[in-house]
This record gives sequence, structure tokens and C-alpha cells, in this order.
Amino acid sequence: MDQNIKWLAACREEDIPADSGACVLLDGEQIAIFRFARRAEWYATQNRCPHKQQMSLARGMTGSAGEACEPKIACPFHKKTFSLQTGACLSGDDYQIRTYPVKVKGGRVYVGFAQ
Amino acid sequence: MRHEDKPVVVVAGNGMVGHRFCEKLKALGGFRIVVFGEEPRPAYDRVHLSEYFNGKSAADLSLPIKGWFDDEEIILHLGDAVREIDRVQRVVHSYKGIIQRYDVLVLATGSSAFVPDISGIEKEGVFVYRTIEDLERIKAYAPRATNGAVMGGGLLGLEAAKALLDLGIPRTHVIEFASRLMPRQIDSAGSHTLEASLRRLGLQLHLNKTTLSIEGAGRIESLQFTDDTRLPVDMLVISAGIRPRDELARLSGLAVGTRGGIIVNERLQTADKNIFAIGECALVQGMIYGLVAPGYEMADVVATNLAGGDKSFTGFDMSTKLKLIGVDVASFGDPFAAEPDCRTIVFEDRHKGVYKRINISSDGKYLLGGVLIGDAGAYHLLLQTVNNRLVLPPDPEDLILGGRGGAVEGAGVMSLPDEALVCSCESVSKAAICRAVTEQSVSSVEAMKKCTRAGSGCGGCTPLVKDLIAGTMKAGGLYIRNILCEHFEYSRQELFDLVKLHEVRTFEEALRQWGKGDGCEVCKPAIASIFAGCWNETIVKQAPIQDSNDRYLANIQKGGSYSVVPRIPGGEVTPDKLIVLGKVAKKYNLYTKITGGQRIDLFGAHVGDLPAIWEELIAAGFESGHAYGKALRTVKSCVGSTWCRYGLHDSVSFAIEIEERYRGIRAPHKIKGGVSGCIRECAEAQSKDFGIIATEKGWNLYVGGNGGSRPQHAQLLAVDIDKETCVRYLDRFLMFYIRTADPLTRTATWLNKLEGGMSYLKNVVVNDSLGMGGQWEVDMQALVDSYHCEWAAVVNNPELRKQFVHFVNAPRKKDPGLQFEEMRGQVKAKEW
Repeated sequence: MDQNIKWLAACREEDIPADSGACVLLDGEQIAIFRFARRAEWYATQNRCPHKQQMSLARGMTGSAGEACEPKIACPFHKKTFSLQTGACLSGDDYQIRTYPVKVKGGRVYVGFAQ
Repeated sequence: MRHEDKPVVVVAGNGMVGHRFCEKLKALGGFRIVVFGEEPRPAYDRVHLSEYFNGKSAADLSLPIKGWFDDEEIILHLGDAVREIDRVQRVVHSYKGIIQRYDVLVLATGSSAFVPDISGIEKEGVFVYRTIEDLERIKAYAPRATNGAVMGGGLLGLEAAKALLDLGIPRTHVIEFASRLMPRQIDSAGSHTLEASLRRLGLQLHLNKTTLSIEGAGRIESLQFTDDTRLPVDMLVISAGIRPRDELARLSGLAVGTRGGIIVNERLQTADKNIFAIGECALVQGMIYGLVAPGYEMADVVATNLAGGDKSFTGFDMSTKLKLIGVDVASFGDPFAAEPDCRTIVFEDRHKGVYKRINISSDGKYLLGGVLIGDAGAYHLLLQTVNNRLVLPPDPEDLILGGRGGAVEGAGVMSLPDEALVCSCESVSKAAICRAVTEQSVSSVEAMKKCTRAGSGCGGCTPLVKDLIAGTMKAGGLYIRNILCEHFEYSRQELFDLVKLHEVRTFEEALRQWGKGDGCEVCKPAIASIFAGCWNETIVKQAPIQDSNDRYLANIQKGGSYSVVPRIPGGEVTPDKLIVLGKVAKKYNLYTKITGGQRIDLFGAHVGDLPAIWEELIAAGFESGHAYGKALRTVKSCVGSTWCRYGLHDSVSFAIEIEERYRGIRAPHKIKGGVSGCIRECAEAQSKDFGIIATEKGWNLYVGGNGGSRPQHAQLLAVDIDKETCVRYLDRFLMFYIRTADPLTRTATWLNKLEGGMSYLKNVVVNDSLGMGGQWEVDMQALVDSYHCEWAAVVNNPELRKQFVHFVNAPRKKDPGLQFEEMRGQVKAKEW
């Protein structure tokens, strides 16, 4: 499966603030990368919020929802929230965002794109 | 049991009490009921008889629903009274010749108006006030009367006087033999207040008057009094008391009292065990009860006992509250208890026509009774306090003065014991009402009437029922605790205290100690605000938990650019600084606009340009305006006495002083202030969270105002205070708000929800009733002393500056999605 994914080096680990996110430009696309330092987990999504088409998700606030602690991101504009696992909108709208796999190796963060 | 075999209960009389008895017995079942009523119509609401003159019809006042008597269980003979009782054969004979056997006979014959033996009483134009027929006669005669009089200044007499006023009789007099009105219910001082109010309403009162004779040729022309005075009168309504209708009992050889009334025991039973008497015709323990509520209680006792229950009538509270000609009059418990048996607290306001008296036990613990004239709002609470022997608060005068603390009534209602009788007409206890709320989700007075019948009688308990519904719902709501979000099961106020006590300074630590999960967009900014309120450390040190705007120390706008607002305290700015703003705006291509808070907003900045923009602004002497924070925004001012010909004081200087004191202080929501130099209020300070207005003697301080979608005027907290006091009160007010308000709650909403409202806040801030004033002043001073410009901290720190980029892997590249259009010579964000 890994063969079907193209991994692109995005940034260094410390470029993404702990328990927060930042935006990278990869292959002309804006990707939001989120670092859950407490859980040692990484997530990546499109940076565009589908609500008002703003390049904003990386500046949003991370958090978790429910007993299962589903990781989520809240857009800074109107607080629409999205699951970082599925990309589904958690605040009652019909939006869906793209998610990307992330891996960290040797202090560098890589985002995977389907071939 | 076959219907024919059921015991026969004959009821003599179809008034309110007789009817209630039938209702109770019918509901219990197992009896054949036969009713004889003297009047031509079924029972009606005699308590609200005077409403007959306000347009209510006889049908409106009728008690039974149409068709109620049309079944075999209950037979009603109208216009036919019982003439004779044959106790040996156990039959009654009616006037119309009906002979009816009974197993049980209930006398509910009521009372008639007492008509004193005065010469001329038979003259035309003399009426009594008792039945709908009496009212019809009065109504028919009224058009030819110009001087109407009521004999009797008691409760019924004043009701009758109201009826005469309603009928439009030009001059209405009330003649009372005693030296005061309503002598059974209220004291002399209360009567004086009531007299003044009634005179203002056009009633002419004659006290200490004994009528000697009624003069006139066939028709009443005047009243002759024993003091040799005379009053021209062409219509007289006699309302001098009631006389029990006991003649039937007398004839049957049943014992009656010396002043009337059928003697019964505590089960309302006469010496003949098959005959009972209830209502105004019954003499229980030497008392005739001339009110409907005890009559209902008697009906309940007899019906219950007939159905196999065991109940006694052990006296009844004669407290009353009514509106007499628009004036509230209430009397409860022992209204006449006097020193030295008790201590009396009296409040009198002749201007408003209010008199209140409460009698408290000598040890100050219990309420014995009292009188309320002009304002009987506290009646039900006071009555319950007497009846349930509730221990009085340390300052019992609060009970009648009210307001001071405001929460007195709310707390009082819920502190009643479960068995407290709230609706005495329908015998509904507090517990029954609360149960209806919790178990049947009753949430309105109307629904409560249907569910428990509480409030469906005289309606006097309606306010109490309402408070109980609200109180019970509120108490129920406490189970759903006011918590921040799914991650913290604490309110903001609780967390504030925890953070302060345990000196917690990071979100990680707070989450570990009191939370679960990873936090969210609700709890993170709330806790960041708490940290700011406690420690006032640079917020960018914990940028990820700051709300959208706080994270970048700027206001995110359409398209993802930011706006920049430097502080311009009090709206005062030098030309040089204006030039700097212009230069910076030009250099970074920013749209400029004057804000509502008297400063200048620069829009359209790229996130990566923010540090450089601020570096230039700070170099020119500007500092952060905190327009992005839930913090003090601006203190708006008018130009004040330095220039204005009306200005009393220098409002600009005071506004600058206040703005510089509270700048940067974070709160549950944004805070705005205003200072006006005179009453013209050009700074619109009363629409702010705090507003200061100059007076001849100093400053008036207002708090809790709000503009926005639900505008609200600020309320006056203190009058004619000096600047130092004003700052001290503001310190306390703001710290109280910062510590206790829920997230994103403005001062106006906070104040609206604050139990006890403005009077409570005044007590806390001005009188320091919580003893927190000193601490809050110290806390506020600590925040003031730790102020720093957040942007200066960023500009001078290369590590912090790094956070202000759009692409972390291409820091110098701007967001290509950010686009602008031109409008009126400036830029505007592209429409989304």
C-alpha cells in the first residue's frame, strides 16, 4: 500500500507548534499539518475550509471530541469543526475535507499523497 | 352497589361551599346527592360578585359546568329551599312540596346580609349586597341616584362601594360605625393609609358614625346620625356584616349559638349525628367563618368523613389579601399583636400610599402577623412565613422593605416546607406543586391550574405558584451543572478559583488536573482567559490555546488577512501619530477606517507583515489596542471641560487614565468604557460596560451597559463620587466580573443573570458585603502592574516573530489566495 503513496518532505518537526497546526505548501497545494504532542500523533488535511473557501484550517484550534477522543480541528473563521481522521464535518454541516497520511522520520515531517 | 341502595345525601343550600361539597362527594362516589337551592340559578362565584358590574355575566360567574347535574348521581332543585326537617323520619320537606328522604343531611344554607334595626330601613332605595338579584336591583336603581352610600366600612362594604363607583354614581359615601375601615383586618395606621388612597379615588368616608334613622317620604332622602348630623343620600347599600342562616336548624331543634350559627363539632356534625353544617351557617369552636376558603375546607372534611376518611376541622387561617378599589389590602396571622407581646416593624410611605406592619416574636425569630396596604406583593411569602413558622432572617425588615438583596423572595419560596399549603382554596401543598413540575413537566401557571387546580380558586396564590415553578425548575437545572464543555466538568468561575489556588499556568497542567481528552475550541480560550485574569503573562507563550484573533494578536478578516488597531487612549491622538498611521497604512497597502471606539483600524495586513507593521507603530509610540482580545477595548470620551462650554470636568484626561489603567486586562468578554464631561453624555457612556458621567460634585458611575444586538442601558452604581472612589469601585466591579462570569458573557448579560441584580451588585461593590473588595483591589493592581504590550514582546523576540508566517516551509511567501479589490481609492477584501 505504501507503494501507492508519494511521500513529500513538508517541514521540520519543530515548525509545527505543539498541540496546534501550521500550513505548508506542497506541490502547489496548501496542506495543514497538525501535531498532537500529548498523543504523539500527526494529522494533515487540506488548508481550505469548505465553508467559506478560506485558507484557514492550519490557523484553527485543535481538540478532541467524545469518549473516543476523535481528533478535530475548528476553523478560526466560524468554528466549523472537522474530524482529522475522516475529514467529516462534526458541527452539523455536510462538508468533507481531504485528509493525508503523515509520518515523521529523523525530525522531518512527510505528507503522503495518493499516486 | 345498585344506585337505589346508595346512601342519600341531601344538601340544603347551593352556594359556593354547598357546591364544593357536592363536587368532592361526587368525585369520591358511592352516594346519591340531592341538592335544594333557594336561588334561581346554580352556585356562582360570590367572591367575585362585584365583577358583575365590570361586564361579567351571571353565566361567567357560574361555578358548575353546564350539564354537571344531568346525571342520576346528583339532582338539583333550584328555586326551592328546604322548609322543614323531620329528624325522626329523616325526611326534608321543600317549599314546593318535595318530600325527600335522607341518610345524611348537610346544611349549607350560608348567611344573609345583616340588616340593623334602624327606623326607615324599609324605604325604597335601600338595598343589601349579597346575591346576583341584589346586584340587579342595585343596577336598576343606580341611574336615578346622585348620592350613594354604603353602610359598613368592612371588606364587603368597600366591595359594595366599588360597585357604586363602577355604576357611575357621582358621589359615593362609606359610613362606618368604628373609628377605622376594615376593623377586623387592619389597624388604625393601616386604615389611615387606606382612607387617604380611597379618598383620592373619589370615595367620601364617614367614620365614627352611627345611623339613627333613614329619612324620606317613602323613598330614602337622607341619613340621620346619632351625632345630630345628616347626610343627603338617595340610595343606600347595607353591608354591615353577615348573619348565619340557621332558621331551619332552629326549627328542627338543633342547637344554635346566641349570636347565630348552627353549633357543630370538629367534624362539622350537629348533635344529630346524621346532620352536618358547613360554611357560613356553621358555628365551629365559637367561630363563624365568613370566608370561602375555610368553607371549602369544611366541605372537604365532611365529604372525606362520609366516604370513610377521618378528618377534622381545627380552625382556619383568616388571612386575606384583596384589591379594594385598586388598593392592595392584606392582613395575615395576628395583625393586631402589640408590644410588649411582640415587636412591631412599621414602614409607611404616605406619598405612595403604602403602609406595612409586621409583628415579630419578642425573640425576633418568628413572624406573628401583619398588615399590608398599598403594596401587598410580599403577602404570600409573609403568610407562609407565619403559617410554617419559618425562622426569620437576621434583618426581618427586609421582608417588607424588599429590594435590598432582591433574592429574599426567591429564596423564601423554596425554603417553605413540603406540606406548606400554597393554594388554600384548593388545598394544594408546596410538595404537590413541585411534584407537578418535576414529574409532569408542568412549567406554567396555566398548566399548573389544570394539573393540580392550584391557583384556580381566588387566584391569590398565583405569584407564589409562579415562583415555585421557577424555583423548582431552577433547582432541577442544577443537576445539569454549568460546565465549560465536555473536557472540563467545572464552570468558569470554579476553574478560575482552582487555577488561582493551585497556581496552574499551563493548559497541559489544567487538563491533567481537572480535565480529560485534548480540550477544544471552547475550553482552550476560556482557560487562556482565566490564566490572563490570574497571571497576566504574555499570551503568545501559549499561542495554540488562544482564540483565533488572540493567537495572531490581530483580527482575522475576510480572505484571511488581519486588521491592526493601535491603542489611542480616550480617542486623543497627535498629528504626528496620525501621520505615522497614514504612512504605515500606505506602505503596507492597508484600508483605513475610524472605529466606533474612537481609534483607527488598518485592514488587509498579511500575517507575515504583522510584526514589521507593529515594529514601526511601536517605534512611533503606539502600543497594542487589544482589539483582538476579550479584553478592555476603548474608553470613549467626549472632549470635556478643556474645550467644551458645557463640560463640568476633564473627561478626556479621566478616560485616558482609566484606559491606561485597565489596558490589556482580559475578561470573559470584551469590555468597553466611556467618560462624559456632562449630562449631555456625548461619549454615550451609558451604552458601555462601564460609563462615567461628570456631575457638579464629582462623577456618576454606571455599569452593565451594552450596545450590539440587544442594547441595554448601564445602571447607576454610585453617585457623585471622586475619581479615586470611582477607580476603586471599577476595580471591584471588573474583578468580580472577571472571576465569576461565564465565558463570552458581557457585563450586561452577567448582571442580568446575577441573582439579586443591581442591588446585590451595589451591595458587593459599594458596601463590600462579601468582604472581597480589598482582595479584588489588590488583584486588579497586580494585573495593572504586570501590564506589557504584547506586540512589543513579539517584535523584540525573533522566536515569537517566526509564528507569523503563512507557510512554515516557505516563510517569505504570502498566501496566494489572499486577494483584494479596489473601492473608493482603497482596498477591500475579495468577496467570498
